[in-house]
Amino acid sequence: MKNALHQPQTVVVLGGASDIARAIVVALDSPNLRTVVLGCRNVDGADTDGLAAELSGATVRAVRFDATEHEAHRDWVTNVAAEHGDLDVVIQAFGQLGPDAATDPADAARLVDVNMTGAVSSGLAVAEQLRAQGHGTLVSLSSVAGVRTRASNFVYGSTKAGLDAFTTGLGHSLHGSGANVVTVRPGMVRTSMTEGMEDAPFTVDADVVAAATVEGIRKGRSVVWAPAALQGVFGLLRYAPGPVWRRLDR
Amino acid sequence: MQTETRRLTGWGRTAPSVADVVDVPGPASSEHDSALDPDQWLEAAASAAPSRGIIARGLGRAYGDPAQNGGGTVVQLRPSANPVWIDTEAHTATVDAGVSLDELLRRIVAHGYFVPVTPGTRFVTVGGAIASDIHGKNHHADLSFGQHVTAFELLLASGEIRTVTSASDPDLWWATLGGMGLTGVIVRATVRLLPVETSRCLVRTQRLDRFDSLLAEMEDGDDQYRYSVAWVDLTATGRRFGRSVLQQGDHATLADLDAHDAKALRDPRAFDPGALATVPPMPNVMNRVAVRAFNELWFRKAPRDHVGLETLTGFFHPLDGVRDWNRFYGAAGFLQYQFVGPFDAVDTRRTITERVVADGNASVISVLKRFGAESGGMLSFPKPGWTLTFDLAAGVASLPTLLAELDAMVIAAGGRHYLAKDAHTTPEVIAAGYPRLDEWKAVRRSVDPDGRWASDQARRLALL
Repeated sequence: MKNALHQPQTVVVLGGASDIARAIVVALDSPNLRTVVLGCRNVDGADTDGLAAELSGATVRAVRFDATEHEAHRDWVTNVAAEHGDLDVVIQAFGQLGPDAATDPADAARLVDVNMTGAVSSGLAVAEQLRAQGHGTLVSLSSVAGVRTRASNFVYGSTKAGLDAFTTGLGHSLHGSGANVVTVRPGMVRTSMTEGMEDAPFTVDADVVAAATVEGIRKGRSVVWAPAALQGVFGLLRYAPGPVWRRLDR
Repeated sequence: MQTETRRLTGWGRTAPSVADVVDVPGPASSEHDSALDPDQWLEAAASAAPSRGIIARGLGRAYGDPAQNGGGTVVQLRPSANPVWIDTEAHTATVDAGVSLDELLRRIVAHGYFVPVTPGTRFVTVGGAIASDIHGKNHHADLSFGQHVTAFELLLASGEIRTVTSASDPDLWWATLGGMGLTGVIVRATVRLLPVETSRCLVRTQRLDRFDSLLAEMEDGDDQYRYSVAWVDLTATGRRFGRSVLQQGDHATLADLDAHDAKALRDPRAFDPGALATVPPMPNVMNRVAVRAFNELWFRKAPRDHVGLETLTGFFHPLDGVRDWNRFYGAAGFLQYQFVGPFDAVDTRRTITERVVADGNASVISVLKRFGAESGGMLSFPKPGWTLTFDLAAGVASLPTLLAELDAMVIAAGGRHYLAKDAHTTPEVIAAGYPRLDEWKAVRRSVDPDGRWASDQARRLALL
């Protein structure tokens, strides 16, 4: 149960290797935080000790989670809740860039399976649990790449567009249940996923996204842009004529 | 019986959750012993979400989440057609648990009685008063509410309604007083009443410029009065630190009315309080400027040293004149921080008070009170020492740091926090403050082995 200061007791990360999720967990730390569960494909590679050292006393556990094992998601969520109690904040952070997706149909389908289908199956499983609790927040990492897709990463962008449509709709369906969804739309973020790439305009560090996300949780927002200026920027870019949009995508 | 899915918060309007709220009507008949039929609603309630449990909710005046039960069931017991039975020989009232102190007072003051203990509002139920083992301005003289309860009927997890007294079932008795409704649903109680001659209080009001003079005045003077409480300005700094208004008083006798306000003798037990205003939904207006201005005015309007009559409402429940005053804090809501620290922790009392003043975010009307002895309730809050209470707007950025520091200081000094006010603290802080918590848990498990009773607070603070 979150307390009156919106401090969660239990935080679950789906995609436990995500740098942004890690920054969000650190930003959610408080004396009230007891348990962090990192759901990752590679449990042995999870930096549980390193994360615990950054927190004020919470236990960090890694549990095997694969975004593409759709049939297992419901049981996975149920089991984590059975062991650790109510899930206060669940962060959906898994996702890949799929650099070859535009030229390799099989690769593109795999990318959709992780980024989009995995988000739907795990998102519904989490929503079911939060609804039964009568409280709780699902944070889902979308991207401005999905707000308007561009030539250089349109398959990735379309998976995020699908995810974004799903999580915002899920948020509407949870209205009145006590549970809510915060869809986070970052621009480019300097993380291990984007390592070696050139900074785009409005590129930020993960802790900027984390701070905006925690603020969004606190204020009960359904959509968080990080940095906030991107909301206005994409409000315009969304309607830019095709030739202009293509020129901007250098 | 009616079930409705509702989003609930406490009085502080923070940390909401959604539950099935079951409205249980009191029996319409006037038969004294035809209380509610537990089988009827208990089964319906438990079948809805058996894993999430049930908690009773009165008027929702606890500040945090003890009367919420996310994903589970919340029951509200409505009083029956004849909810109050007064025994004028024993000076007791047998009262349905869903009856508010407001309703009770409206029925007993005319007969020359007052409730044995009242908090700062009349809008709490008798069931809630027992479950929180509430205290009032007379704690140093009369202890907590539970001390004046002679018996209560408790709906147990088994479906049995058991009449419990301190002699018949001491473990269950002391686990239920202050037990936050987690041992069962209190359905009715017999409460000792305080005979009074009038519906007025004779009150000495003093304005004190310094914290030390306030403490000295309370230490020396409290024993001469049944009621004593100080309102401290926690926004005043420097030379004004700890400036306060001390009120000490007793129920006025007919002779007091004659001496101070002979007109009041025409109707010495008049009691019909109304609400002056209702606050509409609004953004937070309790900002620093407004709070400081209010405190300044309120301090200046207090007399230097004055003895006079006050109505029961004016003395005990001044805030009840403004309905929904919690809306002054806007959508983000507020917290009320209340702790008690032992008398000998003199330095800590000062350090904590100074820390709150330095933070600068305490709101209007902070209250300081000296407590009497512990009641014996395993989770009852009061114990000998000083209790300080203040409101904090929930949206303030410095709050998490301030509260974490205060919690640590309170526990280090051997103090503890009031569960009826708590909305933020941790299982460790509660366990440290309540040494009998494990004993209470054992009693609870013995009467509720399957975990039928549960609340958001119980889960949050690992009470179950």
